Amino acid sequence: MNNPVQPYPCKILGVKRESEHEWTFRVACDARPQHGQFMQLSIPMIGEAPISVSAQGDGWLEFTIRNVGKVTNVIFEKTAGDTLFLRGPYGKGWPIEQFQGKHMVVITGGTGLAPVRSMLNAFAADPGYVKDVTLICGFKNEEGIVFHNELEAWKSQFQTIYALDNDAKEDWRTGMVTAFVKEIPFADWGDDYAVVVVGPPPMMKFTGLELVKCGAKVENIWMSFERKMSCAIGKCGHCRIDEVYVCLDGPVFPYAVARDLVD
Amino acid sequence: MSYILNTQQADQVLGALAQTYGVYAPKRFANQGRYSATDCIRYDKVTRASEIVWQVKSDYPAKEVINPIQQAIFYFTEDEYRASKCKEQPILIFARPCDINAQKIQAKIYAGNGGFTDMYYERMRERVKFVLMDCNGGDDTCFCVSMGANTVEESDYAAAVRFSENGMEVQVVDPELEPYFAGCPESAFTPAFVTENELKVTIPDLEDKEVRLALKKHPMWQEYNARCVSCGACTVACSTCTCFTTRDVIYGDNPEVGERRRVTASCQIAGFDQMAGQREFRATAGDRMRYKVLHKFHDYKARFGDRHMCVGCGRCTHRCPELISLSATINKVNAAVEEIKAGMGKV
Repeated sequence: MNNPVQPYPCKILGVKRESEHEWTFRVACDARPQHGQFMQLSIPMIGEAPISVSAQGDGWLEFTIRNVGKVTNVIFEKTAGDTLFLRGPYGKGWPIEQFQGKHMVVITGGTGLAPVRSMLNAFAADPGYVKDVTLICGFKNEEGIVFHNELEAWKSQFQTIYALDNDAKEDWRTGMVTAFVKEIPFADWGDDYAVVVVGPPPMMKFTGLELVKCGAKVENIWMSFERKMSCAIGKCGHCRIDEVYVCLDGPVFPYAVARDLVD
Repeated sequence: MSYILNTQQADQVLGALAQTYGVYAPKRFANQGRYSATDCIRYDKVTRASEIVWQVKSDYPAKEVINPIQQAIFYFTEDEYRASKCKEQPILIFARPCDINAQKIQAKIYAGNGGFTDMYYERMRERVKFVLMDCNGGDDTCFCVSMGANTVEESDYAAAVRFSENGMEVQVVDPELEPYFAGCPESAFTPAFVTENELKVTIPDLEDKEVRLALKKHPMWQEYNARCVSCGACTVACSTCTCFTTRDVIYGDNPEVGERRRVTASCQIAGFDQMAGQREFRATAGDRMRYKVLHKFHDYKARFGDRHMCVGCGRCTHRCPELISLSATINKVNAAVEEIKAGMGKV
């Protein structure tokens, strides 16, 4: 009988320190997740945690992890050559076929950038896939900034607004991402755009409200959720919100669904 | 074919069945009840008919046989995950209609949701045959009729029994069980179903999204902040609750050897939705009660379509240490819905 929760061993190829608490682990793995899907990272004797795939290539996946829990703390002790156990990929990723040929808006808060990073890199590698990309990234402070190299590279390919919540930084703006939503020219784009939002729940809630206030259509917005999970296959119940399971129906939801979900 | 057995014959047949099957039924555990000098009635292996408690409803549901409170799902040896094995022995579970219907509900989640079948559930469930226990009416917390869980189809059970002080009457449906009754006196027994409970519950009309969203914010839930102690006793006693969590355990002083366990979890206990380093989404007992009740009386059916996730067994009410009654809660929901609809001009 097939066991959908059986993890398989994968070698860590390298570890990159993005910030003090957020490191990226590159792992040898042949899985080809959709952009925005997640995998269960599993450590024997410790436990499992759902982590979104932050980049992928031939034979490898990257996970950008914050060391805030018992599983992630143990992962931080691992180095290249060590083994991580994986299962997945799980869930529904970004519906990129619906984004094709459109003006693309990506708004992230903190490490919310990780679940859109592989999609952004795909847009950067294939400039004709979407018309253009407007990227708004907010971080709490300078220490929280991740993916420094990519943020720099995306400046030349995308329309970018990078911001710190309260602090000043050269060439960066100061303020919450919601403050910059009004600069997006939705009125010039007709119906020809798509918006994705990822970040902490309050950031997504207020960004959604601000987007609609600034003229974005509800049906053109998607969000990615993060919830506690044990199984990632719709059995354990931890991630259920109303009649949806974040592990099965998400983590990416159309805003029309996401805005009415009550935990 | 149906048979009538005296107590001695019933014990003999059960003994013979227990040679082939793991036979599980409600059993009395003396002095293990919630109060001193009271008993607990829960499912366990039996080898004699006289061990089976049929006079009253069990405190805990039949689901425990198929989904134990905890089970090892993987064993770890250094860097190896080995899935736990399962006995091959077929299983007979003596259960009332509520418990049999509850398994139809659990199966929708464990063996279907999202296209994934849980191996640990399925390998147990496929070995199980039910013996329908004729229900003598339950108690004053039962409302199976309101939930449509008072009856089952003949295809749902291998045999049906009605116990009495003098033995039992049996209707054998599954031919594999016939040989065990060879030579027993025949009868015309067919099972009867409860057609009316003392307690009746009106299922709230939560079809309207606006009404539902307003209900979630209704002050009725705050009452539970003072009353509910978030102990999770209701969900452990629930015939249908499926939630679990996984917990890794290291054996003794050897950190290289251990197991991953699946342990029953409860949405009523603090931390159920809490991710590492983050705040809870449902931080109060009222939030958690709202989440549970709406799952039972709206969300499950909205997803799976066929029925609600409550069989009206009343065990949650029966076990609550704070005397919170689910049927009274549903009455409150109905009153709140009426109030909300009136406010919205939707009556």
